[in-house]
Amino acid sequence: MQSSTFEPWNDPEATPLIRFWNVTKKFGDFTAIHDLSLEIFEREFFALLGPSGCGKTTMMRMLAGFEEPTRGTIELAGQDIAHVPPNKRAVNMMFQSYALFPHLTVWDNIAFGLRRDRKPKDEIAARVEEMLKLTRLEKFARRKPDQISGGQRQRVALARSLAKAPKLLLLDEPLGALDAKLRQDTQFELMDIQEKTGTTFVIVTHDQEEAMTVASRIAVMDEGRLMQVDTPDRIYEEPGSVYVADFIGDVNIIEGRATPQGEGSYRIDWAEGQPPLTARSERRLAAGQTCYLAIRPEKVAITADRPADAANAIQGKVHDIAYLGNLSTYHVRLADGQIIKAQTSNRRRIARRQFTWEDTVWLSWTATAGVLLEN
Amino acid sequence: MNRLSWFNTVSLTLGFAFLYIPMVILIIFSFNESKLVTVWAGFSTKWYGELFRDQAFLNAAWVTLKVAVFSSTLATVLGTMAAYVMVRGGRFAGRTLFSGMIYAPLVMPEVITGLSLLLLFIGIGLDRGVFTIVLAHTTFSMCYVSVVVSSRLVTFDRSLEEAALDLGCSPAEAFRLVTLPIIAPAVISGWLLAFTLSLDDLVIASFTAGPSATTLPMKIFSSVRLGVSPKINALSTIMIAIVTVGVITASLITKSSVARQRRAEQEAARAS
Repeated sequence: MQSSTFEPWNDPEATPLIRFWNVTKKFGDFTAIHDLSLEIFEREFFALLGPSGCGKTTMMRMLAGFEEPTRGTIELAGQDIAHVPPNKRAVNMMFQSYALFPHLTVWDNIAFGLRRDRKPKDEIAARVEEMLKLTRLEKFARRKPDQISGGQRQRVALARSLAKAPKLLLLDEPLGALDAKLRQDTQFELMDIQEKTGTTFVIVTHDQEEAMTVASRIAVMDEGRLMQVDTPDRIYEEPGSVYVADFIGDVNIIEGRATPQGEGSYRIDWAEGQPPLTARSERRLAAGQTCYLAIRPEKVAITADRPADAANAIQGKVHDIAYLGNLSTYHVRLADGQIIKAQTSNRRRIARRQFTWEDTVWLSWTATAGVLLEN
Repeated sequence: MNRLSWFNTVSLTLGFAFLYIPMVILIIFSFNESKLVTVWAGFSTKWYGELFRDQAFLNAAWVTLKVAVFSSTLATVLGTMAAYVMVRGGRFAGRTLFSGMIYAPLVMPEVITGLSLLLLFIGIGLDRGVFTIVLAHTTFSMCYVSVVVSSRLVTFDRSLEEAALDLGCSPAEAFRLVTLPIIAPAVISGWLLAFTLSLDDLVIASFTAGPSATTLPMKIFSSVRLGVSPKINALSTIMIAIVTVGVITASLITKSSVARQRRAEQEAARAS
């Protein structure tokens, strides 16, 4: 894991390893990246996250040198690399399809990049052995890529891209082809290797759980723009927009009108015949402004009776129950038809479940549980 | 193995008989003792001996071999380059026109190809001989090579080339070290195809050959007009043998690489 003090992005003295300056990328009439600026620091494990077509792959391909920005500059360690060809930059990439050379053995695949640098033979051999050991592939060195399993291929691809000790390693959906269980193990392995080698990793993924697990910071993208760049916990707990709140994890969005009550506290009128909600926010909202309260299902408590001291409490009927084994999500329908989700962890066996369909229940949460958003 | 029904057995027999009876007759009569081609007079290999003593035939064979080797090699280089540009070049202006035009010689009547080349060679004052046949054969066989190679390139994972660039290759190195070894089977079969096309071409060679260069098909054709000699049968049998060996070798190479891959995949599945 990253240590808690690793926060170069909060250090005004730190110089970033990568800097996008007002980068725009167009493919014909289609604008893939809109005037985007971004800084990534050394030793970061940085995730580009977004739905397909959001421009995250284009960002990565510009870093690798396969695409050139239409406007703007990209700096790597202070040097403009926007128009440097891929074979002339200290950046390596791990491809989504792994792109292992089928005619070469695992050993030769890993040695491929080192040989291009005309390194002495024994130096290459030592480096390849080191990489094989790092990725636990010693036994498979003499095999061809089609003679090993998917998980092993993924490790060969990683070893090959790390062999040249790049300043920056790009990973394009590196775990997409693995099954769920192997993917989890591999995520931790990736983090482990990232820390051991001290390389800066930039990962492209559409899997938010993967991004949350591995990344030191996440950039959430949509339609060629950065929606938010922040640490995983802040992305989850303090989303800056309804889009980010909705994209990461499960969330209830309640639309209403805010009325300031002083000291960062707001009253939210949100539905006819329902008591107003209370929420605290650092944001300055005008009286009567439309606002959105984003609240995670696991922060909503579900009880049979109205809790005495809850800042917010609403009554509803259990409409649906999603049983996930470790968790249950209750979909509760309010009087006006709105559905609010509440999640509880199943610490007792399912036979002891307190609520069932059509039960009348109370949902409650504190004034700080939700995030008040403007758009 | 399934047993074939009588209907399938009959149609299979008829089909193969239709295809192969002429060739079988030719092979049998190449071992005929008699000077008369259609009268069997006992087994002999004397016509093979005669054939190897006939200097005109040996010269023609030598010309044919030279033409086939040079033209198929040239056609493979050009055809592979053309295929690479067509598949990898992206959507440059006129791409559709170009790719259509590359395949046009496939359907062009040979007489027209031969005539147009003859006019060109006369026009630029090129002396007709081995060199002009090589050029002519390259012209029509490179489009076959490019068809074979481009069908392989279409299924080629582009990220392999990008990975090579990413690991420090120049575009030329990436082609030499990654693309070419992977598409090699297609390039080789393209070469074999061009080789056999050149080997048995009569029409285009007749137009573009000069008095100094006669290919084997031309020689056979002209000597048959003076009456079929059993020597021709012997020569044809040798050519059938060469082609058969070539085809079987090519298919064995393909088959064994497929089998090897399947075995490897099973092994990988067990290992994981």
